[in-house]
Amino acid sequence: MIEVRSIYKSFEGQEVLKDINALFENGKTNLIIGKSGAGKTVLLKCIVGLFTPDRGTITYDGRDMLSLGKKERLLMRQEIGMLFQNAALFDSMSVLENVMFPLDMFSTMTYNERLQRARACLDRVNLSGAHNKSPEELSGGMQKRAAIARAIAMNPKYLFCDEPNSGLDPQTSLVIDELIHDITCEFGITTIVNTHDMNSVMNIGDNILFLADGKLCWEGNKKDILNTDNKTLNDFLFSSEILRHVRDMEKK
Amino acid sequence: MFLVNSIKTFGNYLILMGRVMSRPQRWRIFFRQMMREIYQLGVDSIPIVLLISFFIGAVICIQMKLNVESPWMPKMVVGYATREILLLEFSSSIMCLILAGKVGSNITSEIGAMRVTQQIDALEIMGVNSANFLIMPKIAALMAMIPILVIFSIAAGIAGAFAIGKFTGIMTPQDLIVGLQYEFNQWYIWCSVIKAIFFAFVITSVASFYGYNVKGGSIEVGKASTDAVVSCSALILFSDMILTQLLMQ
Ligand SMILES: Nc1ncnc2c1ncn2[C@@H]1O[C@H](COP(=O)(O)OP(=O)(O)O)[C@@H](O)[C@H]1O
Ligand SMILES: [Mg+2]
Repeated sequence: MIEVRSIYKSFEGQEVLKDINALFENGKTNLIIGKSGAGKTVLLKCIVGLFTPDRGTITYDGRDMLSLGKKERLLMRQEIGMLFQNAALFDSMSVLENVMFPLDMFSTMTYNERLQRARACLDRVNLSGAHNKSPEELSGGMQKRAAIARAIAMNPKYLFCDEPNSGLDPQTSLVIDELIHDITCEFGITTIVNTHDMNSVMNIGDNILFLADGKLCWEGNKKDILNTDNKTLNDFLFSSEILRHVRDMEKK
Repeated sequence: MFLVNSIKTFGNYLILMGRVMSRPQRWRIFFRQMMREIYQLGVDSIPIVLLISFFIGAVICIQMKLNVESPWMPKMVVGYATREILLLEFSSSIMCLILAGKVGSNITSEIGAMRVTQQIDALEIMGVNSANFLIMPKIAALMAMIPILVIFSIAAGIAGAFAIGKFTGIMTPQDLIVGLQYEFNQWYIWCSVIKAIFFAFVITSVASFYGYNVKGGSIEVGKASTDAVVSCSALILFSDMILTQLLMQ
């Protein structure tokens, strides 16, 4: 469980996040949605500690992340898995080496155990055939899946995904979404996903936060979202023809 | 303003070096990375060092022959001057200038590309000290390889001088040998090596600093690697002046 309290963050006078309060429970996929430039990535980076917020507190299961010492923070990072917008696989390594890397770095397992674990993670994301390929030989969806395998290699308690579907077709997006959702339920992970993809919202949105202009504008789940009377959210959601259509069908 | 910015940049450089100079989290991985860098930065530079040193050795020999030698100077002056130029400046400073172009831009663009594709963030998220992990093996590898490159450069330069003597007949190998051995001072080789080790640190650390701090996209990566090469070259020549003064007294 991650708790975020009154987070503020600004860059050179431009306020990007204003008073964000949120609770992210484990075993649920928590979505942060919002327009491009709304501050989703900045919020996620504040939560994982790549940015330091100007004000506010972030607690991971009761541990105040911002007041941890350097050593403790490094240790806590091992409980975190993150999927970046463009996968961010290490391009000097093969796919298998990428997945083994966090294990090589931090685990006390023997070589064979690490190899086993990496293989199991790659099997979990259906990439058993691509062990020795280098990242640039993979398609976008496969890169994302390899990155998920790397993120779950250390059995994380927290998983963060920044726009896991950007640049993917709807079908591949669905595979990635379901993978993230299944892994979250399977291992009881606290998962936070940034997205502006309405398909993901309807598929896996257990808990949805809507950001607009750096403010938390709406909070709820995928059932509530279609019937909301929040104006900004409505404008954002129903900017696409199909969704307007779906809403009207539901209402009939 | 320029002064303030320079001091700021230098401060940031020192902070980064502070993060680099810590104990590697896993020695096994450190050595694996270092072997890779020895190959990529050191072994891969051997051909260009040999090639350039060979030609420079030959050119120095021709120039000395044409411009310095005259009837009232002993014949061995050409070989003597060629050796002194190679040992004192070319095989350390000038070779490192060339390496700043090759190795420096390579390092900056590699680390810069990792920055803009968020691979450095990915390392940080895992709890890896990315500065130490990426930069330390490069510094260690080039500092370990540079003495070998210096020796190769000196050898290739002398070979170039011999080759030009033999093929054009402008001078006999005997004269060249006498000149090359005339008042040989072993300390000059050590000077060369010491200077080059220092320059290796400058090249790798400064180039890494530029790459590590790239913000933006591929255009910024390109700009950073040009800036890195310019800074490395200026710093090499500046520190050459100081080191030469200190070592040659
Ligand atoms: N490192 C940074 N420095 C300055 N401004 C930034 C930085 N990162 C993001 N911003 C600004 O913060 C705002 C929100 O960006 P971001 O969180 O990336 O949006 P998105 O919701 O699309 O992920 C943007 O206006 C952007 O200009
Ligand atoms: Mg974003």
